[in-house]
Amino acid sequence: MINAYVRKDGRKGIRNVVVVAYLVECAHHVSRRIVDGANDSEVHLIGFPGCFPNEYAYRMMSAICTHPNVGAALLVSLGCESMNREQLLSDIRASGRPAELLVIQEAGGTLSTMRAGLDAVARLRAEADQAPRADMAVSELVVGTICGGSDGTSGITANPAVGRCFDHLVADDATCIFEETGELIGCETIMAERAVTPDLAEEIRACVAKAESYYRTMGFGSFAPGNAEGGLTTLEEKSMGAYSKSGSSPISGLLKPGDQAPAGGLYLLDVVPDGEPRFGFPNISDNAEIVEMIACGCHLILFTTGRGSVVGSAISPVIKVCANPDTYRRLSEDMDIDAGRILNGEATLDEVGEEIYQRVISLAQGEPSCSEALGHQEFILTYKAFEPLGPACLPVRQIG
Amino acid sequence: MVPTEKPDGKSSSVAQTLLLHPDDTVLVCISAIAPGDILMIDQVAVSATDAIQVGHKIARQALKPGDTVLKYGAPIGSITHAVPPGGHVHMHNMKSDYIASHSRDRSPNQGKPQP
Repeated sequence: MINAYVRKDGRKGIRNVVVVAYLVECAHHVSRRIVDGANDSEVHLIGFPGCFPNEYAYRMMSAICTHPNVGAALLVSLGCESMNREQLLSDIRASGRPAELLVIQEAGGTLSTMRAGLDAVARLRAEADQAPRADMAVSELVVGTICGGSDGTSGITANPAVGRCFDHLVADDATCIFEETGELIGCETIMAERAVTPDLAEEIRACVAKAESYYRTMGFGSFAPGNAEGGLTTLEEKSMGAYSKSGSSPISGLLKPGDQAPAGGLYLLDVVPDGEPRFGFPNISDNAEIVEMIACGCHLILFTTGRGSVVGSAISPVIKVCANPDTYRRLSEDMDIDAGRILNGEATLDEVGEEIYQRVISLAQGEPSCSEALGHQEFILTYKAFEPLGPACLPVRQIG
Repeated sequence: MVPTEKPDGKSSSVAQTLLLHPDDTVLVCISAIAPGDILMIDQVAVSATDAIQVGHKIARQALKPGDTVLKYGAPIGSITHAVPPGGHVHMHNMKSDYIASHSRDRSPNQGKPQP
């Protein structure tokens, strides 16, 4: 059984993180020193570097500071940036989580704010530790998946194995989220056929078309040189491999960053901004996608890799599923699951899928993943713009 | 890999490949292939001419420019230069039908291709 942390808003977390959030790059150093000084693996650093206002960034910060894995938050502001710090503080407190705010320009500079921040973190830690515990069913888990550093083995071993795990989780009525429509270009037809309603199918086709148009404007597809070195030749080939992470369940809905799924099932997360391309690449690196899945409430992330990524994440632990047996041998200290065994016939897709499922449960029960134990707490948030979800995106909500 | 005897007496190996879907026009290499290794393509032995790494693709049949490449039973791009059966299928002889791929030394926004 999973022994969850119960938040006052009723959500259940599998970790009890005290988050320290800088609200502009100018407060980053002070915030990092506070986190370093706290010397507590469950105190995590997050933040937004921009000084200009951005509705998306505010929504993401608010969603992440009230994430089920977060027990308390310290906001660190320089003082003159655009992020609405008072509103953010009020959002977090409204969720029942203890929260404090430090403004460097008022607190007396770097050292004074660091000292005040360490005191605040100690208070917040003590309050977060009072969170009641309760059983959590598998159906209450929200699990995201991403692939990074894909190669020609990813789509044969790790990705379809995660798909099998997703099928098992969806059968348990858990919520599963897959994403990066820019890495699903070429899969739109087969993907739309899995939508639970014709209108949702149309939304899925439209969001992949949007991704293709956006990436064309950027001048690059979501395809890195390492993908080619690993045997992938085209974006649509990479897409077919990435798509297999979704498994075979019906697609229950389409989310945008920060939206929570209304019920268990499989959901596609649209990470490509709406409107004219404005702020550059949709997701500048894998962690930007992970952060968006966390903003949708993911308790943990299944990360498949062929070339070998080592990243983890702040807030929600990352399980690494290694597709390539050679990479596993080189980077085994970073890998939780050796899916490359499928290539030489040592394991079947079903067996590795079940192994991933069991790892999801043990991680939710508290056993750290490799990246978590190694202290990986990457976090990146940049400018974007989104329109609200259309009415056809969540058919379950309409029925319910 | 299974060692075999080539006609000239030198030892060779039968490389392991994977057919992901019956309609596919490429096979996926699941153990490293060296030139001279034997590739079994639909029960026909073909001698490999290229060194090919795990995860890369080889042609299941002769492919000519304009042919659609099928993997996972789905189109993954088009052939730009002819490939013999058993030949390496990659950036040098196929392209995306969506957005062009880029490499470190040659990318759409970085000016002229390297010589």
